[in-house]
Amino acid sequence: MPGNLLYRSLLWLYPASWRGEYGEEMRSAFRARRRNVSGILGVLGLWLEVLPDLVTNAAAAQFDVLRRDLRYAARAIRRSPGFAIAVVAIGAIGIGATTAAFTMVDHVMIRPFPYCRQDRLVKVTEDYSDASPADFRDWQHMNSSFLAMEAYRTVSVDVSGMGEPRRLDGASVTGGMLSMLGVQPALGRLFTAEDDRESGTRTAILGYSLWRELFDGDAGVLGRAVRLDNDSYTIVGVMPKDFYFPSREAQLWTTMRWGPGAFEDRRDTYIYSIARLKPGVSFEQARAEMRGVGSRLSRTYPKELANTNVTAQLLRDDISPRAVLMLKVLMGAAGCVLLIACTNLANLLLARAMMRRKELAVRTALGAGREQLVRQMLTESLLLSLSGGGLGWFLAHVTLPLLVRLVPVALPIAEMPTVDSRILSAATLLVIATGTGFGLIPALRGRRRQISAALHEGGRSGIGGQRQQLRRALVIVEVAGSVVLLVGFGLLTRALWRIQAVDPGFRAGHVLTLRTSLPMPQYNAPEKRDPFYRHVLDGARQLPGVTAAAYISFLPMLHRGGIWPVEIEGHPEDVAQRRTASLRFVTPGFFEAMRIPLAMGRDVRETDSHFAPYVALVSQSFVKRYWPGENPIGRHFDFGNNQRVIVGVVGDVRVRGLERASEPQVYLSWQQSDGVSTYYAPKDVVVRTTGDAVSLVAAMRRLIRQADPNQPVSGVQLLTDIVAGETESRRVQLAALGAFGAVAFLLAAVGIHSLLAFAVSQRTQEIGVRMALGAQRGDILGMTLRDGFQLAVVGIAAGVVLAYGAGRLLESLLAGVKPNDLATYAAAAGLALVMTLAGSLAPAIRAVRVNPTVAIRAE
Amino acid sequence: MASTRLPDPERLLPLPAVTFHILMALAGGDRHGYAIIQDVSARTENRLRLGAGTLYRSLERMLGQGLIAESGDRPAAGLDDERRRYYRITPHGESVARAEAARLTELVRLARASGFARGRA
Repeated sequence: MPGNLLYRSLLWLYPASWRGEYGEEMRSAFRARRRNVSGILGVLGLWLEVLPDLVTNAAAAQFDVLRRDLRYAARAIRRSPGFAIAVVAIGAIGIGATTAAFTMVDHVMIRPFPYCRQDRLVKVTEDYSDASPADFRDWQHMNSSFLAMEAYRTVSVDVSGMGEPRRLDGASVTGGMLSMLGVQPALGRLFTAEDDRESGTRTAILGYSLWRELFDGDAGVLGRAVRLDNDSYTIVGVMPKDFYFPSREAQLWTTMRWGPGAFEDRRDTYIYSIARLKPGVSFEQARAEMRGVGSRLSRTYPKELANTNVTAQLLRDDISPRAVLMLKVLMGAAGCVLLIACTNLANLLLARAMMRRKELAVRTALGAGREQLVRQMLTESLLLSLSGGGLGWFLAHVTLPLLVRLVPVALPIAEMPTVDSRILSAATLLVIATGTGFGLIPALRGRRRQISAALHEGGRSGIGGQRQQLRRALVIVEVAGSVVLLVGFGLLTRALWRIQAVDPGFRAGHVLTLRTSLPMPQYNAPEKRDPFYRHVLDGARQLPGVTAAAYISFLPMLHRGGIWPVEIEGHPEDVAQRRTASLRFVTPGFFEAMRIPLAMGRDVRETDSHFAPYVALVSQSFVKRYWPGENPIGRHFDFGNNQRVIVGVVGDVRVRGLERASEPQVYLSWQQSDGVSTYYAPKDVVVRTTGDAVSLVAAMRRLIRQADPNQPVSGVQLLTDIVAGETESRRVQLAALGAFGAVAFLLAAVGIHSLLAFAVSQRTQEIGVRMALGAQRGDILGMTLRDGFQLAVVGIAAGVVLAYGAGRLLESLLAGVKPNDLATYAAAAGLALVMTLAGSLAPAIRAVRVNPTVAIRAE
Repeated sequence: MASTRLPDPERLLPLPAVTFHILMALAGGDRHGYAIIQDVSARTENRLRLGAGTLYRSLERMLGQGLIAESGDRPAAGLDDERRRYYRITPHGESVARAEAARLTELVRLARASGFARGRA
């Protein structure tokens, strides 16, 4: 009868054990009742009664069994807390580390911008660097791919007239930029073409937090005036809270207000362009078109634009390739940790499975069904895996902020990413799958025909069994994985050392630096600046312990640009090889303050004024390039829109940082600056002392306040910090990688230890027999250690091969360290061996301590 | 499954209604599952019709509590020649049922005293 069949199938809702026990009874009860009803209504009534009864009781029965299984699992876990703790901890570490790392990577790589349809925004640049307004204007006219193309530059302005004078970062944009981004202002309006006109009134838009800070969130701020660099701007809008452009630091926006003069010099590059793709135009089409536009422009302006390419990239891909590579390294390391964690988990569970074979055999013999065993094993594994998952979730939440806080300089992270639930679930699922998969093996193998074998064996399991082979393979994977991480860590550490050993060209110790960007046009004339510099520098030199103090346009490494063309009579301009040098204005005493060696000639002097011959000090690389082997003193060259005469030669300085080649350097007297933008007016002060440079801060601030009470001070730091900042991101990345490596290393050691400890415990009788037959303790020790050693050798060999591959991928981060650096591999292999030895030692000692009489009698 | 250590009968009180009904049904002799359902429904004039799911879940629990025991399979009398599993009440089950009855009697006495139920307190 179909009714009986339906009832029978509904019984599948019950746990199988229940079905086996009561299924037949229930079905006959149902049949009996079915015989007593007739008619459609009767049958319907019967089912209305039966269905809820069946379903609710099935659920209850399932719950009962689950509770029983949980109780059983809890008991099993209590019996071996070490195992439980290990499983949970390993799972948590795997999940936590992976989730934190992947979340960060994901966040950086696929950063959401607070702009409308941000995937259609393209950044257009010249060789991934800034362009001139003239080029930008031509791009606008020559393209057909973009709905709109706008430009921006980052600026830094002094805000005065509102409390303490301060310096703020912002951006100057073309009129249509903000509306092209597709964002509505929180208050007021966005810029229009009118705001961008040179003759229009100066207008500014504030960032949300600045508005809260300066005006206390007052809606009446619109139309108010604010003083930026001594010009008055009218506030026309406030951007919404989440908005940022082009970086998180920018807090206010003004317009470019280009006059005709802005388009004259194509070498005057300072803007970046962002454009929005037309509907239906792909990024690839647009990029190809812009490349064509670029080559047409280089043909039209060969002098300025030779060898210059127009480059385009999606705005969201605007991350340095090195940052991307470093993120991938981090991701790889995290993946490695997860892999090792899972292998370790599998290993532990396999060991436990073998240990429990006898227990399971006994229970099966006592009548426990296979389904029941599977359920119980599953519950136990799930309980442990889920605990691991929970703890991993917690770990991810704790470590992510640490990881992010460690990397702000290295990565364009705008805000704190939240732990990605997809990644977290994926990692947790993997751990649970491993946990349950390997946790189930004992129950699945608990088939009848094996039971008697297990019982008869009396726990005398052989070492060469199939699962033992699997366990050995897993340990080899762990060793190999940790060798890869160790080598990666080692190579990057050596790269860091190499970079740290690079001579910056100056002595950084005992030097305080800070920046006073004098507002223009108030300080346009050098005569206006002179009293300021004089007061600050003379005052500084009077301070106790100070041996030298001077001003420069920009300190090396703080500003890497300011590269100008060099023209020398008799040396025809070479198009293929641009002749350039970095331009800096200095006050007398700069080289002494920085301890940059003066190789020839003299320093800049107070007398090198506007009315004296224009002098220059050049770096040794400059001399080597233009007058190799000759005396350069007295030679003339055109630089910074004037002819200069060389009066001195100084040592080379790493202007572009420790990791990049720098152009030759030219230093000019600050008083001989006509023809060069006041952007280059000296603003960074360096003070060398014999004592603690930090103690000078208060005195320096006082001197600056005396010289000009409205002058903001920024960038107070030690010169050593600036140099250390060069390697900051590397150190952070290394720390993260090192943490991953250490975890992997530890896990692998645990893996080796647990494998050998288990093997020894399984072989106690064999060892006892061997000893009874005359084997020495040394033989037993050797036998056990050899076991671990073999695993280590195979694992290390595999790891070295993989590490070499990884090292090749890392090469661009290695700062010249070769990916086959022998010392690193030797150190990693040595460490892995030590780790193996450490892991093997305890089991080996246990093996030696086996008492032959006891071991044999135990049979 | 029967537990070897039988708890104090009072500790199981108050008994779920279904449990008490099953104990009452088994008081008249060993019965199989369907006979219990029929007995309960006859005793309550059809007001309580146990579903098979509820019945067997209760039986399982009562077995675990030692209130009842299986008395082996045998052909069901008067139905067909299928073999059925019979249940019988244990001495422990009887003392628990008695304790429950005493508890209910006391409750009724109190209800009468307060005027909630008819009859003399």
